[in-house]
Amino acid sequence: MNALYASRRRRDFSIRVLCYAATALGLIWLALILFSLFSNGVAGLSWDVFTKMTPPPGTTDGGLANAIFGSVAMTSLGVAIGAPLGMLAGVYLAEYGRYEKLSDVVRFINDILLSAPSIIIGLFVYMAVVKPTGGFSGYAGALALAVIVVPVVVRTTEDMLLLVPNTLREAASALGLPRSLVIKRIALRAARAGVITGVLLATARVAGETAPLLFTSLSNQFWSVNMGKAMANLPVTINAFVQSPYETWRQLAWTGALLITLAVLTLNIVARVLGAERTQK
Amino acid sequence: MKSRLSPEGGPVTDIAMKQAPLGAETAQRASALASFKLGDRTFYWLTRSAAMGVLLLLGGIIVTLFSGAWPAMQAYGLEFLWTSRWAPQLEPQPILGALGPIYGTLLTAFIAMAIATPVGIGVAIFLTELCPVTLRRPIGMAIELLAGIPSIIYGMWGFFVLAPFLTNHFQPAMISLFEGVPVLGTIFAGPPSYLSLFNASLVLAIMVLPFITAIARDVFATVPPMLKESAYGLGCTTWEVMKNVVIPYTRVGLIGGVMLGLGRALGETMAVTFVIGNSFRINGSVFAPGTTISAAIASEFAESDGVHQSALILLGLLLFVLTFFVLAAARLMLRRLERRAGG
Amino acid sequence: MNFNKFFRTALVAGAAFGAGLGVVSQANALDITGAGATFPFPIYSKWADAYKKETGIGLNYQSIGSGAGIKQIQAKTVAFGATDAPLNIDQLKKDGLVQWPQVMGALVAIINVDGVKSGEMVLDGPTVADIYLGKIKTWDDAAIKKLNPKLNLPKAAITVVRRSDGSGTTFVWTNYLSEVSAEWKAKAGSGTAVEWPVGVGARGNEGVAGNVGQTMNSIGYVEYAYAKQSKLTYTALINNAGKTLQPTIATFQAAAANADWAKAPGYRVILTNQPGDQSWPITAGTFILMHANPADKAQANAALKFFAWAFEKGDKMAEDLDYIPMPDSVVKLIKQTWDKEIQTK
Repeated sequence: MNALYASRRRRDFSIRVLCYAATALGLIWLALILFSLFSNGVAGLSWDVFTKMTPPPGTTDGGLANAIFGSVAMTSLGVAIGAPLGMLAGVYLAEYGRYEKLSDVVRFINDILLSAPSIIIGLFVYMAVVKPTGGFSGYAGALALAVIVVPVVVRTTEDMLLLVPNTLREAASALGLPRSLVIKRIALRAARAGVITGVLLATARVAGETAPLLFTSLSNQFWSVNMGKAMANLPVTINAFVQSPYETWRQLAWTGALLITLAVLTLNIVARVLGAERTQK
Repeated sequence: MKSRLSPEGGPVTDIAMKQAPLGAETAQRASALASFKLGDRTFYWLTRSAAMGVLLLLGGIIVTLFSGAWPAMQAYGLEFLWTSRWAPQLEPQPILGALGPIYGTLLTAFIAMAIATPVGIGVAIFLTELCPVTLRRPIGMAIELLAGIPSIIYGMWGFFVLAPFLTNHFQPAMISLFEGVPVLGTIFAGPPSYLSLFNASLVLAIMVLPFITAIARDVFATVPPMLKESAYGLGCTTWEVMKNVVIPYTRVGLIGGVMLGLGRALGETMAVTFVIGNSFRINGSVFAPGTTISAAIASEFAESDGVHQSALILLGLLLFVLTFFVLAAARLMLRRLERRAGG
Repeated sequence: MNFNKFFRTALVAGAAFGAGLGVVSQANALDITGAGATFPFPIYSKWADAYKKETGIGLNYQSIGSGAGIKQIQAKTVAFGATDAPLNIDQLKKDGLVQWPQVMGALVAIINVDGVKSGEMVLDGPTVADIYLGKIKTWDDAAIKKLNPKLNLPKAAITVVRRSDGSGTTFVWTNYLSEVSAEWKAKAGSGTAVEWPVGVGARGNEGVAGNVGQTMNSIGYVEYAYAKQSKLTYTALINNAGKTLQPTIATFQAAAANADWAKAPGYRVILTNQPGDQSWPITAGTFILMHANPADKAQANAALKFFAWAFEKGDKMAEDLDYIPMPDSVVKLIKQTWDKEIQTK
């Protein structure tokens, strides 16, 4: 009996150790990635990065100002297009068509889009927008990002609305509130934190996307605020600079990588803290 | 639960109309109700068209891919699937086949899942059963942050940091360990390579780990506490509770989660492109360079034209179909679990 | 916050943002966009920077690959395209394009063999081709020993490194191998992406350099500018005339001088394996493509002005980055071509 007990304890102990090890492994990976980003990227961090343009080769100074601006502009426009669309679709799935066949199909298609390889979305926007309109543009880049934002927001909006208890809706309806106001004033309000979390997560997701921008917004060496033309952005700049022979460029690539990771991780943390506050209430 | 108000909010309007008193107020009230009705209609159609928009989006992507892939389909037919040569430079007609990229895609995804599944579930067990409550959120969040890092960063890191380490330390050790052993000797055959299927798989494993952990945590949470507590009450150890109660109860959901991770692993582009080596030749060794469908597209699309480009788009379509089926299976399984948890 | 409001604010903000940006920026509408080959990217962007400082007109060149450059100019999404692999005259005619060489560059073989320094190892075309065909498998192979009697070569397997992404550099390299080896021509041929008999594919020049740098007993190929900037170990090569040469600007220029640009339609001259005692064997021009009848004349004019400026004032910058400027006689011909073939009015 004792031997059996000991062997059970031993097995349990070893499995626990393995679980600890698995977690440690995951954390070590995160630490390693952040460490190499910091150790390679911090050296290049200075005001120049935010004020100067991407340099030509062979020069020792220069920054990422145009790329940072382009990334911010395209990401915000992409989210501004994609998020409302995603929210509306999410509202339909959760509020109007919850039990319709159509919603099942939309839900499934949305999940497919959620995991569609981003390079394919880049190809799609290239063929559907860039070619017919006759040029690379910041708008095309923003559209490609919007296509990625939509399914993320659809899903989180629907999930969050489904968490809102039906009694709330029924109470509002009983008071004579029309359906659209029940949704806007009651259901969406109750799910607000969760929906915003979803939008933030979507923003974080697209801020670092490279593949969809390669064939849509291209990049730009100079300061450009014209979204109708090719526009610089961080991921594509990093992609080009990291393969170059020039020390300045490679340094900028690492610094850019550090910046973008910090930005994305901060968004992630903010989103999750927001989301967690809701569930704790 | 299943109450369904009509979109126009019919009942509310009707009752209000019937009980309205006569006089000047009636007109006012009627106009207010009419504007409600209009607002209701507009909002309903707005959301409905947004939902249809999602369908159109996928339709658009598929149509675009299909039209782009058509020339290659005509040129190669079904043979495309099992031709292993990739010779885009041949005149007049290049010989192109998808076997190499398909092999690479499946192999890297398989190795990545083999590594990430036990680790991811291990982390989930740690977080739900072993971790002190105060640490649960920070550690859980840290693991989820792994999913937030942009894939180009994984690519850079894999290329500059992970690949040199694996090539100089891990690979030689494995190669010498299995040298001369049948089968394993071929799988782990040398020479070590900076760019290889194995290195790509490991980067992929790190990338899908947080997805598996997140879903495993979610499905573990669906186990009724009573079941677990009863098992503990009988004197089961933590592992025994996991093995005999939690995992059997959540099995379908776990498999669904793994499939969802698999869907990610199949389609990942930038990170893999950095470390895989884009070689279309199929070599038994995991330390040899290879390619995946998405890496092939990312590497060659810019410099391709004609049938070569069409074949790359066809590869994209294949990837889409592949992920489609994997995800469909994953969703069906997760839904089965949801239904059980809900019912 | 009301959600109605939130939707509206988001929509309005998005629209205003985009529209505002569109309006603000009409001022620099003359800026030129070009895209294509990666090989001349450093020099084009250097020129663009200097040109902007001098004239205020920006030229945005993006290295998306030669094939993509050709596609973009065909689709008229850019003012000019750039390619390392020149189009032949039929292709040019079909799409109504004009082609000319803008600058030249050279490729070198890089190696990582213990104890061998830059320029010490001598290789010739057939030997390199045999290495890339997988026929020469170790560094102490008789063929390599014969060329390098003084070097102490290890009995180690050669790791062959090549580009994994389709690239103009690969086009030049495989074109050279096809020139010097009939077997290579038959088995692999030349192109921006080919069916490699052996080897590890690395991404971009950086990938090839990184791989060769990290992997003992490896060989790869990169642009000379790259090898020099990154201090990689390159080899000497035996050229068409049987002379052993080091890669220098002088030997690159010698190869360029031999080319007969005037007789080639569309300036389609490939400079690999040129005759002449001092001609570096792997030299190549990189080409610009424009529409003969451009849709946007203002852009086309601006682009031509830029290229004229680059021919005039860009030579020093090109040499600083280890590119070879076009000889003056050729520049004269190219300018005549512009006048004759491109309708700028």
